[in-house]
Amino acid sequence: MRPRVRLAVAIVMLSLAIGPPAVSSAEIPLDQRRSAYQDMSRDNKAMQDDDTSNPGMLAVLDGEALWAAKSGGSGKSCADCHGDAKTGMKGVAARYPAFDAASGGPVNLEQRINISRQQDQKAQAFAYEGKEMLALSAYVAMQSRGEPIAPHDDARLAPFIEKGRAQFNQRQGQLNLSCAQCHDDNWGKSLAGNTIPQAHPTGYPIYRLEWQSLGSLQRRLRNCMIGLRAEPYAYGAPEYVDMELFLMWRARGMKVETPAVRP
Amino acid sequence: MNLQATRRQFLAATGGAAAALMVRPAQATPASMAAAIRQVVAEASVKPGRVKLELPPLVENGNTVAMAVSVESPMTAKDYVKAIHVFTEKNPQPNVISIKLGPRAGKAEISTRVRLADTQTVVAICEMSDGSFWSDKVDVIITLGACLEDL
Amino acid sequence: MAARTLINVPPKAKRGEVIQIKTLISHIMETGFRHDNVGSPIPRDIITSFVCTYNGEKIFEATLYQAIAANPFVTFHTVATESGTFALQWTGDNGFTQEASAKITVE
Repeated sequence: MRPRVRLAVAIVMLSLAIGPPAVSSAEIPLDQRRSAYQDMSRDNKAMQDDDTSNPGMLAVLDGEALWAAKSGGSGKSCADCHGDAKTGMKGVAARYPAFDAASGGPVNLEQRINISRQQDQKAQAFAYEGKEMLALSAYVAMQSRGEPIAPHDDARLAPFIEKGRAQFNQRQGQLNLSCAQCHDDNWGKSLAGNTIPQAHPTGYPIYRLEWQSLGSLQRRLRNCMIGLRAEPYAYGAPEYVDMELFLMWRARGMKVETPAVRP
Repeated sequence: MNLQATRRQFLAATGGAAAALMVRPAQATPASMAAAIRQVVAEASVKPGRVKLELPPLVENGNTVAMAVSVESPMTAKDYVKAIHVFTEKNPQPNVISIKLGPRAGKAEISTRVRLADTQTVVAICEMSDGSFWSDKVDVIITLGACLEDL
Repeated sequence: MAARTLINVPPKAKRGEVIQIKTLISHIMETGFRHDNVGSPIPRDIITSFVCTYNGEKIFEATLYQAIAANPFVTFHTVATESGTFALQWTGDNGFTQEASAKITVE
């Protein structure tokens, strides 16, 4: 049987074995949470740990250049307002998605970058998943490396966290699986030769070996939806931001690893 | 690698007929790896030993696999490693990398990251300054990721 | 736009010491074996050659094939003989060429 057919059969059998839809799967106890880093091979861990060999660092260097580059009608660079990223951006990525008063809802780091570009720099927004956006968000997020993910306990975010949680528990796609069924209920078990991770977004944007490039959390979420044979939302959809917010809240206290390497 | 000589002679004699009989596509076969190796070593014999190929036995994702090759050699002007070549048997194309070294290297030790299309054997061959060829091989198992982006 | 490179060479070494040089370059290494979503083949676009010189003398040369993963990472060794400059050059399909350099002080 071809490998992909074998995989589809395995997933279908797994989904049948799980049984009728659970309204809300058991959350992982906070002290049992673990980053997918710990399940990686020794070589892949080494790739992430060494800044001279981590392919994500190439994008971070590009991001460093973008941080200093004057852009748009304002003729200003990020550095002109925010100063040195190492101090100015420390802890920032750890508390995103954050509430944006102007839009009345959460925005993720990429959206915040574009809001700043358009409103403050009078420059064009960077395209989602484009080289510049990935580089700049990787550079900014890396300034939170080692910091604990924030509690995301702003009261205004609460209803959006609930929306994200509802999505996480919602069965979807032709395979009719919810995120929770794999990532809350069956983490640590094997699926087609890989260990199912708990799915904490500790290292985004990540250098994913599968993509052989850097990619955002939204790309990964779309990936998962396609894997479930569900129609993915368009980039920037509010559903994704709600999910990102829920996932970051679920990972509160865990350390940021950007730029992480994942298989 | 001691079957190398007889296999090479057989393949040289039967050539295309042997490839046509293979069930797998002609690109990805041990025969094309043997042919690629022959291009490098010509008629010389290749002995197992002296070179060490390091690859993880079980790989999470075949797109980027850490690989190291090292050769025991004093790397002096009289006795050094001239070249290191790596081959695969099931990738669409058998060559992976070819490296030229000299006494200035100090150590015959390189590393890189490679793509492996499927569970297979990878072969490293080194050429010494005295014209001798040595080899090592590693069997690697590639696992397929779940929830892939491209279907 | 120039390809981003990341070179790691120890800034200082003792004469005769064997040092490791680590190199990383941003490049898609498109194999030529993939097809797009309508079945058309995506043309090959890889780095084919990587050369390092040390004060002008070639100390390392590699021919890369499609089996080298994207964003090629290559490490090798050399004997630190004198202070100077390592010059690295990558060339490949579609006229690709990229250079980088690193200095070393040898005591």
